[in-house]
Amino acid sequence: MTDYEAVIGLEIHVQLSTRTKMFCGCELSFGEPPNTHTCEVCLGLPGALPVTNEQAIHYGLMIGMALDCQLAPRSIFHRKNYFYPDLPKGYQISQYDEPLCRGGRLGDVRIHRVHLEEDAAKLVHTGTSGRIHGADTSIVDFNRGGTPLVEIVTEPDVRSAEQAGEWLRLLRTTLRQLGVSDVNMEEGSLRCDANVSIRPVGTRELGTKTELKNMNSFRFIEKGIRAEIARQEQRLRAGEEVEQETLHFDPRTETISTLRSKEEAHDYRYFPEPDLVPIAISEAMLERAKSALPELPAARAARFERDLGLTADSARLLAWRAELGDYFEAALSADGVEAQPLANWVNELVARIDVEDPAESKVRPGALATLVGLVSERKVTQGAAKQVLDTLVAEGGDPQAIVERDGLTAIGGGDELDPVVQAALDANPEIAERLRNGDMKPIGVIIGHVMRETRGRADGGEVTRLVRAKLGL
Amino acid sequence: MTEILDLTAAQAAAAVERGELDRSELFETYRERAAADELNAYLWVADEAPHANGARVGPLSGVPLAVKDLFCTKDVPSQAGSKILEHYRPPYTATVVDRLASAGAPLLGKTNQDEFAMGSSNENSAYGPVLNPWDRARVPGGSSGGSAAAVASGSAPWAIGTDTGGSIRQPAALCGIVGLKPTYGAVSRFGMIAFASSLDQAGPLTRDVTDAALLFRHMVGHDERDSTSVAFPEEVRLPTARTLEGVRLGVPEDLTGEGVEPGVMERFDATLQLARDLGATVDRVALPHADYAISAYYVIAPAEASSNLARYDGVRYGLRREADDLLTMYTKTRHDGFGAEVKRRILIGTYALSSGYYDAYYGRAQRVRTKIADDFKNAFERVDFVVTPTSPGVAFELGAKTDDPLAMYLNDYFTAPMPLAGIPAISIPAGLSEGLPVGFQLAGPAFSENRILEAAYALEQAIGFDNSAARK
Repeated sequence: MTDYEAVIGLEIHVQLSTRTKMFCGCELSFGEPPNTHTCEVCLGLPGALPVTNEQAIHYGLMIGMALDCQLAPRSIFHRKNYFYPDLPKGYQISQYDEPLCRGGRLGDVRIHRVHLEEDAAKLVHTGTSGRIHGADTSIVDFNRGGTPLVEIVTEPDVRSAEQAGEWLRLLRTTLRQLGVSDVNMEEGSLRCDANVSIRPVGTRELGTKTELKNMNSFRFIEKGIRAEIARQEQRLRAGEEVEQETLHFDPRTETISTLRSKEEAHDYRYFPEPDLVPIAISEAMLERAKSALPELPAARAARFERDLGLTADSARLLAWRAELGDYFEAALSADGVEAQPLANWVNELVARIDVEDPAESKVRPGALATLVGLVSERKVTQGAAKQVLDTLVAEGGDPQAIVERDGLTAIGGGDELDPVVQAALDANPEIAERLRNGDMKPIGVIIGHVMRETRGRADGGEVTRLVRAKLGL
Repeated sequence: MTEILDLTAAQAAAAVERGELDRSELFETYRERAAADELNAYLWVADEAPHANGARVGPLSGVPLAVKDLFCTKDVPSQAGSKILEHYRPPYTATVVDRLASAGAPLLGKTNQDEFAMGSSNENSAYGPVLNPWDRARVPGGSSGGSAAAVASGSAPWAIGTDTGGSIRQPAALCGIVGLKPTYGAVSRFGMIAFASSLDQAGPLTRDVTDAALLFRHMVGHDERDSTSVAFPEEVRLPTARTLEGVRLGVPEDLTGEGVEPGVMERFDATLQLARDLGATVDRVALPHADYAISAYYVIAPAEASSNLARYDGVRYGLRREADDLLTMYTKTRHDGFGAEVKRRILIGTYALSSGYYDAYYGRAQRVRTKIADDFKNAFERVDFVVTPTSPGVAFELGAKTDDPLAMYLNDYFTAPMPLAGIPAISIPAGLSEGLPVGFQLAGPAFSENRILEAAYALEQAIGFDNSAARK
């Protein structure tokens, strides 16, 4: 049976967090009453003209730089013409063949282009259909209309739903680090479409692609892409063809339905926007954008590897989720903490909390650093330290105090440990016999016994040393 | 009252400044005439003069202004001559109207026009045609026909209009007044209901060249709300030239009289002779691509219009025809709201921008446009101004060309090249042919308005055209 591989390209729309809209002076809206952040320009009233928001261009350049793109010295806007009630002018001002940025890379995915445009207004449909078709009435809120957007289009370099999800998280971190957007999928400031096709493994020719529209969470994106890959595979295996169409993924039912077929595709009649002059990118604008760039995830990962000696996996994990990197660096500022063990313990912490950002947990970065210090000084064993971490997550507080309160100090010397090891050997005579005959496999049973007795306070290596000594090995 | 009517706008302003004329009386005189207008030149007339609130009235001294319908005027009907904007009252005022009001020219009325400025006869207005004050059986030209007829008939001291392919100059010519189409970008387009954004420019329609200069002076300037507007590089001066000594005029090589009415050609040649008498030289200049201007114009302007007029969809303002679904609402609204010429141009423009046709039509038209601009640049290395008749003929009879759009489009033959090149041009009256006015056009390089106005003024003095007959 043929094995297929997926070829996926992503189109991401990001609302920029500028003060005002893309082409007028209205301030961006955050849940204000409908149609209060509007003017003649963003309502498309007769005679009104757009004026380009400089801050949006600045943000666009920062994004282009962060994605390692070529920045066009001259860039123009086009009109994308189509009728819809959320589009008051009957066209969207967007970019077409002269985008702000072209060609770039983020992580393992190449960037095709980055361009600026304006967001549409928000439509609300009353009635049972939930769509404009068959709605009792549809009402329009123009507060969102005209919000600056960047559209980021990748090359078809993504091969799986999981990779798409992971890469989008990296993109989100990058944009968040730049401070150019709230990048909140649930609130729609980050939206993603995916172009999906499949082909037999080993072939180079691209299959027919479909476009999955507007998935609004990382989970749905991964689910949607997975479902679409499965649907395409099923069709090809059944001897059918994949049709080029635009699709909608319903996360509730996890089903895919057609929005429009190739024949119904719009002819947008793009032409250069005559109301705006070309954007000339000056050296000063480039310099300003460059100096506004913070350290980005890729550079941070490289620094973690190079300067702190973290493994590539640890460095990437911490850098690609900026909040983890920030927490890690905050903890690292404590004296004498070793970086790699700390990185591992940040991981342990993340697995135990139900918030994304460990800074929002009860475990202060300094407390985690203290705990890691106790472990490396062998004052607490790994096992006991995990108990301490559980307590920190639940209650917060100081690790040293918890260790003392709960009696979790490591049993260091032979004096205290010796009788416990002897008792363990006595309790398991058959095991002791096998060990004595040189079969070391069951030593775990003895260690486990000791750990139970000491509630994890014993050091496994010390236990092994004592067993060997007692049995004369 | 007759005395007031005999004053040009600049003379009236001076009389007000000297205290010889009362501003309210001036306004009321014109207001009454505008309200009693029988040419259908107005779509709205002010009830009273705006209150001055004790503030200084400004350099235009309260001389009232007629404004083409397509300029947005706050709380005052602004319908662009279209049924789709019937009763539409904008919540804001166009920059240029605002500037003129601040300079002391209060709003007298809104003037009739071809729907969305698409037309050369004013017969495309949804509110009926405007009549030519020289002969009421004839058209006043278009699309700023209401503004031209109002000034010519003396129901307004002066007016503003817009020119996309000749919409100021051609009606000025057909009504025997002065019309100036400025350099693209000289005057803010903010608040001007758009026809073709890369061509539209606002300009004055006035009784004489001095009035045009005075009004234009207060129209120019960069507007931060119009990215395509620029600061005018110098102060606009009131013209004083009495000679054309050293001025080089260029007549296009292709202008042989073919396609031009003999009476118009005769006035054109007579004006050239006057120019020579004033010291000008007259040479032939090559404008090899000018012949394609009409073709390029009638692709580019409709293409931009098809997009500019997409906003009239019945959703937010203007006419709406209720229907059970969205597409039917759109279709019925636009079917009933737009007139035949507007629909024709939307169709042409939509076609020209369609995928697969863009390069053949819009792309090629833009390349022609560049060639035309280059032609003018080359010509202006040899001459100061290119001169032509403004229109191939005098005012024609109502209905004479309504069934033949191509014949109608040829009215723009001499006026379409300049907006394509973005350069300024003026039309001044050059006498009568068969009792109807003939216009003489001078075009110069970008931002040469001061020089154009000087030359036009010298010619105007020499021609000595009497336009008082139309004000009776």
